[in-house]
Amino acid sequence: MSSIRADQVGGRIVDNTTEVPGTRAPLVLNMTTFGQVTAQVSKVSEAGRAPLAWYVAFAGSLGLLGLLGVCVLYLIFTGVGVWGLNTPVAWAYDITNFVFWVGIGHAGTLISAILFLFRQKWRTGINRFAEAMTIFAVMCAGIFPGIHVGRVWVVYWLFPLPNQMEMWPQFRSPLLWDVFAVSTYFTVSLLFWYTGLIPDLATLRDRAKGRLQQVAYGLFALGWRGSNRHWHRYERAYLLLAALSTPLVLSVHSVVSFDFAVSQLPGWHTTIFPPYFVAGAIFSGFAMVVTLAVPAREMFGLKNLITLRHLDNMNKVILVTGSMVGYAYAMEFFIAWYSGALYEKFAFVNRAFGQYWWAYLLMVSCNVITPQLFWFKAIRTSIPLMFFLSLVVNVGMWFERFVIIVSSLANDFLPSSWEFFTPTWVDIGTMAGAFGLFFTLFLLFCRFLPMIAMAEVKMVMPAADPHHDEDGHHHGTPATGDPS
Amino acid sequence: MTTLETSVPTVDPADSSDDAVKLHGLLAEFESPGEVLKAAEQVRKAGYRWWDCCTPFPVHGLDGAMGIKPTILPIMVFFAGLTGLMAAFILQAFTNSSGMTVWAMVWVTGYPYLISGKPLLSIPAFIPVMFELTILFAALTCVFGMFTMNGLPRLHHPLLGNDRFRRVTDDRFYIVIEARDPKFFRTRTEAFLESLGAVAVEEVQD
Repeated sequence: MSSIRADQVGGRIVDNTTEVPGTRAPLVLNMTTFGQVTAQVSKVSEAGRAPLAWYVAFAGSLGLLGLLGVCVLYLIFTGVGVWGLNTPVAWAYDITNFVFWVGIGHAGTLISAILFLFRQKWRTGINRFAEAMTIFAVMCAGIFPGIHVGRVWVVYWLFPLPNQMEMWPQFRSPLLWDVFAVSTYFTVSLLFWYTGLIPDLATLRDRAKGRLQQVAYGLFALGWRGSNRHWHRYERAYLLLAALSTPLVLSVHSVVSFDFAVSQLPGWHTTIFPPYFVAGAIFSGFAMVVTLAVPAREMFGLKNLITLRHLDNMNKVILVTGSMVGYAYAMEFFIAWYSGALYEKFAFVNRAFGQYWWAYLLMVSCNVITPQLFWFKAIRTSIPLMFFLSLVVNVGMWFERFVIIVSSLANDFLPSSWEFFTPTWVDIGTMAGAFGLFFTLFLLFCRFLPMIAMAEVKMVMPAADPHHDEDGHHHGTPATGDPS
Repeated sequence: MTTLETSVPTVDPADSSDDAVKLHGLLAEFESPGEVLKAAEQVRKAGYRWWDCCTPFPVHGLDGAMGIKPTILPIMVFFAGLTGLMAAFILQAFTNSSGMTVWAMVWVTGYPYLISGKPLLSIPAFIPVMFELTILFAALTCVFGMFTMNGLPRLHHPLLGNDRFRRVTDDRFYIVIEARDPKFFRTRTEAFLESLGAVAVEEVQD
C-alpha cells in the first residue's frame, strides 16, 4: 500500500495536494513529534527580533493607522460633510467599508465553527489567524457606523439605555438589529478565539525565559494546566461555541443585508440579499485569509503547517462561493426583468450601463470571472497566482458593496434628484486607514501570539491517536517503512 | 496486587509536621497518548478518586478511561439561551410596545412606537434581536460556565511550580495522584505508578 506520509520523505516538503485513495493526506509536513510543533510555532513569538519584512510592514501599517486617526478626528471635529456624501447618496464609502469588513470577518468564523462541525481537520492549521482576522475585521467594521452617525458623542443612543429624554431605540429598524448582530458577533468571536488561545498561551508561559513573558502569558493563560477534567468541559464548550457561532455567522450578514433589503429602494429591496450577502462574505473572507496566509507562512517559515493543501482547499472555497455570487448577480437581473417593476428594471440596467458602469464591470470581472480560474489545479496551487487572485477578489468585493449602495442611491425614483457621488480625500483616507488598523493588529498578533493553534494541530497528527503506538511505531522515532 | 504486600505504608502525608513542605501528590510522566490512556484505566481500576491526567491536548478516549461523567454545561447553555430569548422579547415589547413604567434600577417608561401603521406588538420585527441575544447569553454562559466549573482562572497551582510538569503544554502526558486520596500511600502509590510504565515519578510539593 502506498501512502503519502510526511515522515517517509525525510527533510523534503512533499506534495500533499494529491488525493491517494484509502489514505489521509498529512496536514503537518516534515514533523512527527509534538515537540517539533511547539518549538516551531513558539519560536515566532520567542524570537528577540522579528524578520525585517515584519518591521517594514508594521511601519507602513502604523502610518496608515495614523492616517485613520487624522481622518476620524477631522470628521468628528468638523462633521460628516467632510465626506463626499450628498442628498440622494447619504451612504457611500462609510457603509461600503462597513459591509466589506464585516464580510471579511465571516471566513474566520466559517473556518473555526462550520468546518469544525463538519470535522474538517485541515482547519487546525489556519483557524487561529483566521479567527484573529475576524476580530480585527469586525473592529474595523465597527468604526464606520460609529462615526457616520455624525454626533459621535451620543452614539450610546444606539443601545437601549434609560435616558433623560425617555426615548428608546426603535426595534423595528434593521439598523438596530445590526447593532445587536454585530456586537454579538464580535463578542462571540472574541470568546471563541480566546478560548482556543488558552492552551497555547499556557505553552508560551511554560516556555518563557523572561519574567515579563512569564507573567504576561501566565495571566492570560488563566492557570491552564491541561487537566483532562478541564479538557472534557473545554472540548464540550468548544463544540457548543461552534454550534452557536454557525447560525450566528449566517445571521450577521443576513441582518447586514436587511439594512438594504428591508428598505423600499429599487436595487436594495430584494429577497435574495441574505443568502447572497452571506456567500459574498465568505468569498471575500477566504480571499483575505489567502492574502494574509501567503506572506505570513513565508515570513515566519510555517510552510509545513500551512501547507499547499490548506491553500488549495481555501481556493476551492473561493471558487464555490464566487460561483454562488455570480449566480446571485444573474438572478438579480432575471428577477428585475421578471418582476415587471419599472423602477426595479431601471435600477439594474442602470447599475450595469449607467454612470457607475465601470464599477459594475470591475465587480463582475473580479468576482465572477477571476475565481473561475481556480478550476485549474495548477492555478490553485501556484503561490504567486493565488496571492494575486485573492487581491483581485478583495478589490472586487469592495466594489460589489460600492455598486449596490451607491448606484442604487444615486439614481432613485425621481430623476431631478439624481446625483453623482465623488469621494473626498477624507473618504479615501478613512478607507486606507482602516487597512492600517487591520494590518497593525494583525502584525502584532503574528509577532506576540501563537499564530497556529498548537494544541489543535497536535490533535490531528498521527501520533495523537492513542492506538498509534500499537502498530509498532514509537512516536518519537520517524517511521521509515510502510505502516502496514 | 503485589505492591500492596511488599511496600510498607509510610506516614500519611496529611499528618506530617507543619514545618515540612506539604506533599501535593505524585506526578508520573508518560511519553505518548497511548501510554497515558492505558495507565489511566489502571489508576481508575485501582480505586483512586483524587487524581487527574494532564495532557497537551485532549486525548481521544481518556474521558472514558478516567470515568469522567458528562458535564452539565450543555444544559446550562440551553437555559441561558432561553433566558436571552425571553430577555430580548421583554426588552423590545416593553420599550417599543408598552407605555408601562417599571423599576429596573431606575424608573423607566416604555414608548409605544407607531410605525407605518404596524401593530404595536410586532413580533416578526423582534425576531432578529431575540435570536442575537439567545446566542449572546448562551455563548457567555458557555465560556464563563466552563471556566468556573474548571476552577479557572487561578494564579497558581502546585503542579505549575514543578519543573518537570512544564512539558505538559508541549509533548508529555502526566498522571497526578493527590496526597489527599484515601488510597494514597507515598511508597505504594509510587511503585504503582512506576509499574504503569511511567518514565519518571516524582513528588509535587504544595
